[in-house]
Amino acid sequence: MGETTPVARRYPARSPLAGYLLRRLGTSILLLFGVTIVTFALTNLVPGNPIAAALGEGAASNPATVAAYVEKYGLDQPLPVQYATYVGNLFQGDMGTSLHTRQPVTEDLLKAVPATVEVALGSIVVSLAVGVALGSIAAYRRGRISDQVVRVISLVGLSVPTFWMALTSFNLFFLQLGIAPGSGRLSPIYAPPPHVTGLYTVDTLLAGQWESFVDAMAHLMLPVFVLSLFTIGLLTRFVRTSVLEVLDADYVRAGRAKGLSGPRMLFGYVLRGASLPILTIVGLAFGALLSGTVLVEAVFAWPGLGTYAYESSTSLDLPGIMGVGLVVGVIYLVINFIVDMLYGVLDPRVRLG
Amino acid sequence: MRFLTLRVPKAWVTPLGVTGTVIAAIWIFVAFTAPLYLPYDPLAQDLPRLQEPGIDTLMGTDALGRDMFSRLLSGASVTIPLAMLLVAVSMLFGTVVGAIAGFFGKWFDEVLMRFTDLVMAFPTVILAMVIAASLGPSLWNAVIAAVVVSWPQYARMTRSLVLSLRTQNYVTAGRLLGFSPAKSLRVDIAPNIVGPILVLATLDIGTAILLLSGLSFLGLGAQPPTAEWGSMISAAMQNFDSWWIGVFPGLAILTVVMAFNFIGDSLRDIFDPTSALSRTEVNA
Repeated sequence: MGETTPVARRYPARSPLAGYLLRRLGTSILLLFGVTIVTFALTNLVPGNPIAAALGEGAASNPATVAAYVEKYGLDQPLPVQYATYVGNLFQGDMGTSLHTRQPVTEDLLKAVPATVEVALGSIVVSLAVGVALGSIAAYRRGRISDQVVRVISLVGLSVPTFWMALTSFNLFFLQLGIAPGSGRLSPIYAPPPHVTGLYTVDTLLAGQWESFVDAMAHLMLPVFVLSLFTIGLLTRFVRTSVLEVLDADYVRAGRAKGLSGPRMLFGYVLRGASLPILTIVGLAFGALLSGTVLVEAVFAWPGLGTYAYESSTSLDLPGIMGVGLVVGVIYLVINFIVDMLYGVLDPRVRLG
Repeated sequence: MRFLTLRVPKAWVTPLGVTGTVIAAIWIFVAFTAPLYLPYDPLAQDLPRLQEPGIDTLMGTDALGRDMFSRLLSGASVTIPLAMLLVAVSMLFGTVVGAIAGFFGKWFDEVLMRFTDLVMAFPTVILAMVIAASLGPSLWNAVIAAVVVSWPQYARMTRSLVLSLRTQNYVTAGRLLGFSPAKSLRVDIAPNIVGPILVLATLDIGTAILLLSGLSFLGLGAQPPTAEWGSMISAAMQNFDSWWIGVFPGLAILTVVMAFNFIGDSLRDIFDPTSALSRTEVNA
């Protein structure tokens, strides 16, 4: 991925950074088309009858509906033409009609995305804070008992089936102990805040509704905790390795020789040096989080992409499932692109590559 | 006995490695022998429904009156062999693709690696879900979907290992002696990449079990009445008050996956000394 592509050679960029970003953008756009090819292939080349799968058995028995569908998606055309029609429809925001909600998939997904973004952002913040703390402790105390304990914690985090953890914690903290609030994003007594960002915690604050804000935060806690377990394990392992590498570096020893220690040393020297590899793993962690939401949200009736994916899967709603696959694929691409960009901005060495 | 004199690498004998090996060995034993000593038929619905764990039924019964303990044991013989199979297939396929890409380079490399990029452009569970759904819900389709999302990591790793080995003097020497590409890969390169690949595969068995049970939880894997851990947990969503229905299958998944992660992590210390706890202090 790091090599110069012919595109960049033909159009020499003004600065090396711009060239780097252009190459990354080019790769991302190519991958974007790749993602649509995958969903197109899976929708159309599946064994069985794709028309029946897309329309549902009931509608597929009506010849007029089938003819209209064949006409609309150009199913009597050769495959490349079908693909062009498919991408054209996507650009117009048409992802078909969901079989279980009977609504256009695009509309359903637009409603679901903010809920998932909110829980994913919360989880990444929590995992970063805990993962960096645990990983740094393990690296500083390498080989001691605390290092071993952190190692076991992170391995257990990587081993917990998230859907089971969701179910068990929901049962324990809400149904049995009554400490956690129930399912959904807000208690029924509060009206959803006016839509600005779609993130309830932000929107309630913007509207000055303190009680709703507290309630929204409380509802976020369990899903975020469950989702974070895996990414905490992932980040801890990685932070430990990165910090260990930096601890041996000359500039860290120079800082020590100057008499620096404590937080100044940790944040100014060690974590700053380790931030680039950590950033890389954050991109990966986001992928794990998006996978996790699919298995976790349904348990908490959290109305995001995960619940939608769960309901589509259990009712074998192919347009719905493909929509989720496409949207999540695109979100993941965008996040990795942002990570790559930050990488280029933060590390001067990357720009030379 | 020859077996007892077998030299075990010292780094392997850590509390973590030994714990992992013992738990994994127990589960694998259960997976292949469970049908011999199940207390009840795991599919028979002839016990009182939603019975709490007790003397008769160690882990209680589910909503259809099936013995949870028997279903749990029989779940091991569904999930564990399939997970090992799917890891083996992904490993074989990925290693071959990666070796070809790394060894021959040029357009082989371009085409094959862009293909792995494409698969890795999706979060794994999402892609597996999409594939399993379009193939139709069944345990075997879930296995196929899991293979499709798992092989690229082996291809990536093999490729980078082969790339770094390809220019080594002893490999060049072999080529100059007239080794064919296939022989060079087999004799000079393969022995040096087996270690890291096996570490990855061990860690991957845990991931594979999580993925398979996750797909079954979504209804895209094992179908009723198969006793499979993921779908057993899914059934617990309808019976929150009967905690034993959900808790035990989850603990089963957790312990198996943890065991393989413990083993993989200890193995990694052996093959990658930089991540070891007992790393020699260069600057001490």
